[in-house]
Amino acid sequence: MPLTREPNLEDPDGLYAAILEAHCDLSEAESVALNARLVLLLANHIGDEAVVREALTLARQSIDAAAPPQEGGGRSFS
Amino acid sequence: MRDVRQIHFPHRRSADQDRPQPRHHPLVIVGAGPVGLVAALDLARKGHASVVIDKKSSLSDGSRSICWAKRSLEIMDRLGVGQALTEKGITWKTGKVFFDRGRVFEFDLLPDAQHRRPAFVNLQQYYFEHFCIEAAKRTGLIDLRWQEEVTSLTPTGDGLLLNIATPAGGYRLVSDWVIAADGARSALRRSLGLAFEGRVFDDQFLICDVRLKLGRPAERWFWFDPPFNRGRSALLHRQADDVWRLDFQVGASADRDQETRPDNVARRVRAMLGEDVLFAFEWISLYRFQSRRLERFRHGRVLFAGDAAHQMSPFGARGGNSGIQDADNLVWKLDLVLRQLAPATLIDSYDQERIAAADENLINTARSTDFIAPKSAISRAFRDGVLALARTEPWARRLVNSGRLSVATLYQTSPLNGPDALGPGVAPAVRPGAAALDAPVAAGWLHDHIGDGFVGVWFARDPSLTQPFARDAGLLSERALPVKTVVVSDAIACERYGAEPAPAYYLFRPDQHVAARWRHPQRAAVEEAVARATGSRC
Repeated sequence: MPLTREPNLEDPDGLYAAILEAHCDLSEAESVALNARLVLLLANHIGDEAVVREALTLARQSIDAAAPPQEGGGRSFS
Repeated sequence: MRDVRQIHFPHRRSADQDRPQPRHHPLVIVGAGPVGLVAALDLARKGHASVVIDKKSSLSDGSRSICWAKRSLEIMDRLGVGQALTEKGITWKTGKVFFDRGRVFEFDLLPDAQHRRPAFVNLQQYYFEHFCIEAAKRTGLIDLRWQEEVTSLTPTGDGLLLNIATPAGGYRLVSDWVIAADGARSALRRSLGLAFEGRVFDDQFLICDVRLKLGRPAERWFWFDPPFNRGRSALLHRQADDVWRLDFQVGASADRDQETRPDNVARRVRAMLGEDVLFAFEWISLYRFQSRRLERFRHGRVLFAGDAAHQMSPFGARGGNSGIQDADNLVWKLDLVLRQLAPATLIDSYDQERIAAADENLINTARSTDFIAPKSAISRAFRDGVLALARTEPWARRLVNSGRLSVATLYQTSPLNGPDALGPGVAPAVRPGAAALDAPVAAGWLHDHIGDGFVGVWFARDPSLTQPFARDAGLLSERALPVKTVVVSDAIACERYGAEPAPAYYLFRPDQHVAARWRHPQRAAVEEAVARATGSRC
């Protein structure tokens, strides 16, 4: 099953707020730690490695697309 | 037992040294460490004499390689040394992982019983070498030459010319094959100008072996970020003679002279084991992880094995154990080529199979290294996240990586593999390419019945079902390269080999790896598989 690209949340605004709320009062380092744990938890829940890898690629592409082109850049993510 | 580290190996002037023309020896092994000695023992077992050359005059200084994996012990059983290693060593199969002040989880590397050998035996490298040398003397076929050093190696038309330096002057030898088992700093590798590509990691680790009475179980204990080594890791292993291996991560910028000063090391030992602990130092060493290998292990008639061919981080015990498997893989092939029962191209499969194994070991040790010594803030965030979650989450424990411990490599893509008529879903642990899985057979063990030559094993709860094959079995046993047939009807063995209820026939190579398997073997198919496994079909 490929990564779901269509809207899939019943209450997107509510969940978005919940994600931000989870970071409330955290330092930047603690937020990084929380995000890392969240990724691990959700990756295990999803279980399907191909889906997680597709999500990783997509997330990475959206960062690379926003970044100004660099000398010798264009790192692939696999 | 006397202190084997005191044994001195004198230089004995060889008669070869007085000959006007260099003497010819079919097989020369350079390096009398574990890998070279195992190769010599295996060759002797198959009737081949060898000359073993080493520049040292004593056994390994320090304990060095200490964790001998189940597969290595099975190989050593075949060579008649497994029992001595197991009796002298410390048997273990469980471990504990700690994070900060708490225990994260425990693991068991061999949860099901009914194997002759445990997951691991811990034994100092000098004992391993000592038992091999004692066994080597009993063969009468192994010519150990201490305090000699190969200074150059020149290919001639159909062999190699070796220049050898000794305390009594130099001499020359001619050899058909040279096994280069001369360790991580291999002089042969350098003399052939071969690149040893890969990574060297910045982080440094301090190994110290101490002798003390410590009331702790024989288990592998690993700490991430413990109070006694904040922000870093530590490892504890028990060895023979009340010697304990302590391994501390000390960071990239640690000063070698400072770190290895006994009073500084003593401070670390007391912080780890208690302020009032009484101990004596056995060995102190500081190292950096290396992760690299030769591009090819076969260079004409020079065959690299062990650390000379590949070097990796020690977490996972894959260095020494993969070296033993290198020798195990190489020697039967050399034997068949020397006896002209296989084409010389069979030696190329050593390259293919053991490079695949080295890559598997390198990727596993590199991943462990990244987990044990994270190289960036985000890498550490994920690592610490896994460790924190592992306290309560079973799934996260699978991600904790303090070293993935050595198991036999499955030669999944080997060109020597024959048909898998049982299908990959049946008993996948013993599909073609895999090392045999042990099981109780009659009063002994399966491994007693296989190895050295080609063996066809019928796993059949009802042995009468194998009767129709009896005539083929007879003919197979009379070939120039015979295939011996064994019938095994023990329940656990049949279950492990997917032969319950229908019988299954497995063809084992001389190194006890599975070559092919069938439900309904035909003599022609078995012969075809033997031809493939000996490099006569591609």
